[in-house]
Amino acid sequence: MSTTETDLHAQEDVAKELKVSDEVTIQIKNMHKWYGSFHVLKNINLEVNRGERIVICGPSGSGKSTMIRCINRLEEHQQGQIIVDNVELTNDLKNIDAIRREVGMVFQHFNLFPHLTVLENCALAPIWVKQVPRKEAEETAMKYLTRVKIPEQANKYPGQLSGGQQQRVAIARSLCMSPRIMLFDEPTSALDPEMIKEVLDVMIELAQEGMTMLCVTHEMGFAKTVANRVIFMDGGEIIEENNPHEFFDNPQHERTQLFLSQILAH
Amino acid sequence: MSEQQTYEPGTHPDLPPPPNMVGIIGWIRENLLGSTTNIVLTVLSVYLLWVIVPPTLNWLFFNAVFEGASRDECRAVMAEEGVKGACWAFIGQRFELFVYGFYPETERWRVNLSFILMLAALVPVLWDKTPSRNKMMIGSAIAPFVIGWLLIGGFGLEPVPTDKFGGFMLTLVIGVTGIVGSLPLGILLALGRQSHLPAVRIVCVAFIEFIRGVPLITLLFVASTMLNYFLPPGTTFDLLLRVLIMVTLFSAAYIAEVVRGGLQAIPKGQQEAADSMGLKYWQSMRLIILPQALKISIPGIVNTFIGLYKDTTLVIIIGLLDPLGVGRASLADTKWQGLSTEVYVFVALFFFVSCISMARYSLYLENKLHTGHKR
Repeated sequence: MSTTETDLHAQEDVAKELKVSDEVTIQIKNMHKWYGSFHVLKNINLEVNRGERIVICGPSGSGKSTMIRCINRLEEHQQGQIIVDNVELTNDLKNIDAIRREVGMVFQHFNLFPHLTVLENCALAPIWVKQVPRKEAEETAMKYLTRVKIPEQANKYPGQLSGGQQQRVAIARSLCMSPRIMLFDEPTSALDPEMIKEVLDVMIELAQEGMTMLCVTHEMGFAKTVANRVIFMDGGEIIEENNPHEFFDNPQHERTQLFLSQILAH
Repeated sequence: MSEQQTYEPGTHPDLPPPPNMVGIIGWIRENLLGSTTNIVLTVLSVYLLWVIVPPTLNWLFFNAVFEGASRDECRAVMAEEGVKGACWAFIGQRFELFVYGFYPETERWRVNLSFILMLAALVPVLWDKTPSRNKMMIGSAIAPFVIGWLLIGGFGLEPVPTDKFGGFMLTLVIGVTGIVGSLPLGILLALGRQSHLPAVRIVCVAFIEFIRGVPLITLLFVASTMLNYFLPPGTTFDLLLRVLIMVTLFSAAYIAEVVRGGLQAIPKGQQEAADSMGLKYWQSMRLIILPQALKISIPGIVNTFIGLYKDTTLVIIIGLLDPLGVGRASLADTKWQGLSTEVYVFVALFFFVSCISMARYSLYLENKLHTGHKR
């Protein structure tokens, strides 16, 4: 895909070096979700350890986005348990707020705030949610904007940036809250091919720094490079999960094989 | 530029556009003389302007009489010159009545001071580059109360009953109060209408639909007569205050619907992004959703404001003396009979200037808030 083969081999070693701790950070137990009478998520069970990089793939409508959106309560689940850093997601607003402070999210369509500058986008949540003084929040924002390599765009508005730049701002914005877990919901699906790499590079760096990441994506190159686990979903169920090598070279389930043959065919 | 120069691939420089695309000549060719239809329309427009504009200007200014003590004097002056024009002397004579209504003459400085205070209070609200704007805003928040005190009196000032209010001053009191009051109320109603709490939602929907379903005049009649039936006997409830409340509620219902349209235009992702960062409901509304929704709603909001401002003339029906009421009263004077055109042109001009200012300001605001592409 966008990452070239040579890149991949160079970085595959990096991925192996990444440490995964034994500490469980996300626990999903027997989770079900319905939209009206439509059963979207069926008996989801998933444990994520700190430092894991998990790629979730599957055909559209398979419930992968819905699943990660349940983790920070953008979607409500009706049965089962979701526990993030020992806090269970219930209707208790205090718990939801606590979890949202820990969990950053990056969206397919960036969802930057168009009426605020890049810097204001990044500093907003620290100022209002964590009560960080404005100056300090802006310094932190600049630090992360430098890390995603666009400090010079700080005073522009999102509408003046390219898609790739916007998505990098969105990543910086999430990082400004110093999350312990990052959720990526198809972060490169809305980007032109030229821009996918710049976003993936930032994500790879993030993984190398030990961030716990759950990433819904179809970038199989990224999955091979960074992920330590790949999850395949279809029809609201987790069909198969494995390490990337096994997953791509030796898929067990028929539906996984079909899916892989379809996305790798072109 | 007539011959086509060739360049190596990848080295083509940016060239200036062809000359007939730019400049005044280019503009005239493009916009006035572009095609046969275009030429015909241009000629027709010029002709119409020629027929309409000079006579209007003559009537308004060049042939008009600005001084005189009665209509006959105006007539005499015009007959001398053999022309026809407006008799502005009439308006000049009644100017104070048009501005202050029957506000006591010795106390009119209070109206003037209130007007200046209002303008001063508007500066930080309307202009975001005001020096130390936040502190000035506190002043703007206090100003309405000071103005209220100045106009009504009491606490050391001689009290002026509100039935002495009239003319443009009355228009401004009703219009500005309605505008200032209905915007926040309308926003709250719009948010309430989208609330997840059924009780809040039902109350807001019922309020909006009721108010929108009833003509303003009806509400004003209710304000002037019916409220007495509902209130305990003996309570006096100032008529102007009732009108202010009714006008505010009326326009709030319309604002609510305009703002709701703006809210619906905001992509769902904005709320999700705000949620995912842990912003609370009121924070995300104030910082993320409303700034964008209100920006989209500016044309509709200003539209409603202009409507409200002009609808203040309806209070004439329940006996308040707005500029039209003052005009009608003035026309009853035998010295000045038959000058209704002057009165209505003058009042129209006042409303036109006020309303066009609002319209221009809204355009300025839209341009200022435009930050690159839509998303």
